[in-house]
Amino acid sequence: MLAVAEVTPAWYLVLGSILFSIGAVGLLVRRNPLVMFMCVELMLNAVTLTFVTFSNMLNDINGQTVVVFVLVVAAAEVVVGLGIIVALLRKQPTATADDINVLKG
Amino acid sequence: MELFVFIVAGGACIIGALGVVLSTNPVHAALSLVGTLFGIAVLFIAQEAHFLAAVQVIVYAGAIVVLFLFVLMLLGVDRAEDLSIEPLGGGQRIAAVIVGLAVLALPLFAIWSTEGDATGAGPQAGDANLIDPLVPNINQLGESLFTTYLFAFEVTSVLLVIAVVGAVVLARKVKRAELIDDPLVEAHEAERAAAEAEAETDEPAEDESTADADAEPAEADA
Repeated sequence: MLAVAEVTPAWYLVLGSILFSIGAVGLLVRRNPLVMFMCVELMLNAVTLTFVTFSNMLNDINGQTVVVFVLVVAAAEVVVGLGIIVALLRKQPTATADDINVLKG
Repeated sequence: MELFVFIVAGGACIIGALGVVLSTNPVHAALSLVGTLFGIAVLFIAQEAHFLAAVQVIVYAGAIVVLFLFVLMLLGVDRAEDLSIEPLGGGQRIAAVIVGLAVLALPLFAIWSTEGDATGAGPQAGDANLIDPLVPNINQLGESLFTTYLFAFEVTSVLLVIAVVGAVVLARKVKRAELIDDPLVEAHEAERAAAEAEAETDEPAEDESTADADAEPAEADA
């Protein structure tokens, strides 16, 4: 399949899977809350790429509509998440992900 | 041609993604993220999703990454960290890679077992959500968003309002009630009242003194 010099939707799906896995590994390996957040963005983007690929594959606009909603949710998530991280890092500039347990009060 | 675009953009995506995970400096990670996001925007264009490509660049590269960099610079955590002394046991790192490979293997197996057609039944001819190549992408997307998904669209506006309120609550460092007894605040209040009485018509001066009164106690507290 990969020997054919024509890009099939499966290539995009494979790329999306690879990006998602890299993001997942980064989320598990890194302990800086900001970098972990970037890895979450990476995984979200892999999923949007998959949605657009399916939209193109099935000739259906709904896949792209879903991506718009994913973008909105991602923006809201970044705002709140960075708010929490800023509040945490202000208190303790060397905070790691384990220090977020201060949230339990 | 499409092959060339796919290889270049996909390569940028993967190199950027690896940069996010592997770079020791968080600023480099954020800049690598821009590479990935641009690569995905190019792949969106290659798949006829023109509006989403523009939104991807504007919202992600233009707003979200800038927000990340802003936080990094604001907090001064933009120094390199030694990945080897991160508080992680070696076992956890190996386990993370195994989990990542498993996460990768699952969709790859699904794609392979269905021979690249892992979608099931597509829309029938004549469906409203069918992509018409003669109608611009943004028209179709707008029609879908404002007819079929109108309620979901309205709900996202509520979500955004909640996010804004949450961000403001999180960013407020000191409650007003806690500042009432602060002598510094009382001094500022008196100063502000005097300034107001002195120059009632001078609006900008009043604004400035108000900003001072808000900013100074927070600094003193920190």
